[in-house]
Amino acid sequence: MTSVTTTNGDAGANGRELEPHEAYVPGAHWRNAHDEAEAAKLGMWLFLGTEILLFSGFFCAYAVFRMWYPENWHDASRYYLSWKIGFANTCVLLLSSYTVVLAIRAAQQNKKNWILIHLLITNLCALFFLVVKIGWEYIPKIQKGELPGGLFTYYNPQGEFDHIFLSIYWISTATHGFHVLVGIFVISWAMWLAAKGHYGPKHYTSLENVGLYWHIVDIIWIFLFPLLYLV
Amino acid sequence: MSHHDVSYLEPKGSFWQTVWSWVYTIDHKKIGVMYLTAVLLAFLLGGLFALAVRAELFTPYQTIVTETGETITKGEALRFIADRWVENGSTLTVNNVYNRFFTAHGAIMVFLFIIPAVPAALGNFFLPIMLGAKDVAFPRLNLMSWYIYVFGSLLAVYSLVNGGVETGWTFYTPYSTTTNWGSTTAMLLSAFILGFSSIFTGMNFIATVHKLRVPGMGWFDMPLFVWAIYATAIIQVLATPVLGITLLMLVFERTFQIGIFDPALGGDPVLYQHFFWFYSHPAVYIMILPGFGIASELLAVHCHKKIFGYRAIAFSSIAIAAISFIVWAHHMFTAQSVALNAIFSALTFLVAIPTAIKVFNWIATMYKASISINTPMMYAMYFLFCFTIGGLTGPPLATLASDIHLHDTYFVVAHFHYVMMGGTVLAFIGGLHHWWPKMFGKMYWEPGAQLAGILVFVGFNVTFFTQFFLGTRGMPRRYATYIEELTTLHQISTIGSWILALGLFLHLFVFIHSLAAGKPAPKNPWGGLTFEWETESPPVEHNFPHEPVIVHGPYDYESVVPPHCDPAEYPVARPPAGGANGTNGTNGTNGTHHA
Ligand code: HEM
Ligand SMILES: [Cu+2]
Repeated sequence: MTSVTTTNGDAGANGRELEPHEAYVPGAHWRNAHDEAEAAKLGMWLFLGTEILLFSGFFCAYAVFRMWYPENWHDASRYYLSWKIGFANTCVLLLSSYTVVLAIRAAQQNKKNWILIHLLITNLCALFFLVVKIGWEYIPKIQKGELPGGLFTYYNPQGEFDHIFLSIYWISTATHGFHVLVGIFVISWAMWLAAKGHYGPKHYTSLENVGLYWHIVDIIWIFLFPLLYLV
Repeated sequence: MSHHDVSYLEPKGSFWQTVWSWVYTIDHKKIGVMYLTAVLLAFLLGGLFALAVRAELFTPYQTIVTETGETITKGEALRFIADRWVENGSTLTVNNVYNRFFTAHGAIMVFLFIIPAVPAALGNFFLPIMLGAKDVAFPRLNLMSWYIYVFGSLLAVYSLVNGGVETGWTFYTPYSTTTNWGSTTAMLLSAFILGFSSIFTGMNFIATVHKLRVPGMGWFDMPLFVWAIYATAIIQVLATPVLGITLLMLVFERTFQIGIFDPALGGDPVLYQHFFWFYSHPAVYIMILPGFGIASELLAVHCHKKIFGYRAIAFSSIAIAAISFIVWAHHMFTAQSVALNAIFSALTFLVAIPTAIKVFNWIATMYKASISINTPMMYAMYFLFCFTIGGLTGPPLATLASDIHLHDTYFVVAHFHYVMMGGTVLAFIGGLHHWWPKMFGKMYWEPGAQLAGILVFVGFNVTFFTQFFLGTRGMPRRYATYIEELTTLHQISTIGSWILALGLFLHLFVFIHSLAAGKPAPKNPWGGLTFEWETESPPVEHNFPHEPVIVHGPYDYESVVPPHCDPAEYPVARPPAGGANGTNGTNGTNGTHHA
């Protein structure tokens, strides 16, 4: 029950310097490394729950206004948003979700370089997503005045409530985009840890958690894409 | 000396090293103490605003024309502030000042004080110890929550200094989207940021309860305080994000005019109310559940008796947490369809069931117990009395026909003060006395604390019971003046607030006196059976010199206290010399409890 499984039991036995992941010792208040890893994952799942709840606020607002203004909603979606751009970004995020899983797999197999390569691909996908979003959507929209609520100045509205559709579009995609940006930072942090040898078969909790975070960012987009681009 | 036997309060080298050891600490006990200091400061600040609000209501305005034809307005206690408060080139009206003061009072009390008070201060300190753990699951996250709390609180103070907010703590649109530009946005962001602190604390506690119980401690071996904090943590994690997104949308509404709460742009202000109460109704249980937890501990320990209906109390907390998510629209009976009203009214009544289960269990615990009359126990009884009144005035508000009259009157104000102040705050003060000797290793001056407690109890009831009458007579909430007929009741209420303040200051004095000159506290001054009473007072750095072993349940007084021993005297009383030990095999733990 209380067996202690610190990984540095035979430090240096075979005469070589241990990698940090091999020498990992759990925090002083933990009974063993297993409990610590389990707790970290539980904490992460709870955090993901809060993320979903946060976005569900947007989804509720979306549902209310779509119910009130169904036709205008449909027209605005077709007119202001290009499904092709959205689709490209969807593909890129799906790919990045796959590569982040491969990075974890590489850690389990103790292939340090592959952890780094897969995380790098993930990060490039994330960057691609943001560049497309900002360069091909946000900037043209700002120039044309396709802005939320009271700031809306576009010359050719499709209905009376385009600006509300655009409000929902802006606040939800911008909040999601902010999460992608945070993702880039945490993935870079994981790359740094990977480069320093902190991930190996017995210890890769934070990498797994970064992966979980990245999945939730993808999943939210998987919902936003059809709701905004394909109605 | 190893860190195993040094008190966590022991200074570390020089003065600055000691300060540093607090500022950078990841010890849940120090973080708990820092939270305690901060929430008490917030309580003081919020309380001063409350006194100002009550002072304004001491008399109604009266505009009198004198013999010389001059008009003067009397009875505006806040006039001297309004006259000195220049904004955009002119002075404020008393109404503006009054609005800002009651909003400051409400927002500070809710977001800075009562939500973090019990979980982040007492919970941080005692939850890991009660589980036999060395710390919470994520100590660094814990420190981060604390700094987020500090930052959010400073932002709230900035908002107050920068002009304050007039919307009330509920931030209803359109008032919140059209008034006091900088300060309202700052206050909204402050509540948003404080929400993160609350979420992280909740996550930490859930993981701690799941993963750090001492080996052998099952779910039903946990003290009820832990159950309550656990249920609270679930609500903190599940409800607070919705508040976050709501406040964020409000900030977007103010900064980018997104219009979703603005009817002029096709939005809907009632939508805001749905969002807000979807968080804030569960949030009222974030506020009260920890109070329930304290009440259970106080009653069991100071009645020296197994708590009646342990499982019923534990499960009713979870039931309350669950039901609290489906009743939010009872705050909008005047703003929605009859069908919705009927549904939400019925659902609201459900909450009364698990709540009443708890009250009956607590009362049954006191039945035929050997009760020690001391400050914590007196507070447990004050809590029971006041919370019951608060709970019983909920159903009239949940009843459609009566709520149409009572909505937005002082009846609602009295109702929620009876549950929040009479429930949570009284339990908090009781808990503070109960655990004070453990936290700081000093006893407090019992007669002084009891006198202060009586003043608080009397002052509280004089202040707020009157407000039920004010409410039923039609006194609306959030007004700076009133019709003259209500003067007597308002004056009684204001005088009550002075008695209350006197009692609270006396408590503060007793605490300071204890820190300066209190007698050293024994390990187990009250005869409690939970783990915190097995370690030193104050606890050593990693809580226990050795990992504790669970040998009895948290309230197993029958089996632990020797039969010939007066439970109220335990563990101070020694068994009479000769042969007692051999007769009862179940009291083997007695030896570990010597003081
Ligand atoms: C027996 C259980 C309870 C019932 C049935 C109940 C019902 C209600 C109802 C229907 C209202 C809305 C009144 C109105 O605005 O017209 C209300 C207001 C309120 N209740 Fe309760 N309540 C209960 C317990 C509690 C508890 C335990 C707390 C907090 C610790 C609480 C805190 C509040 C607050 C803060 C408000 C007023 C919010 C505001 O408008 O500023 N209630 N309650
Ligand atoms: Cu409510």
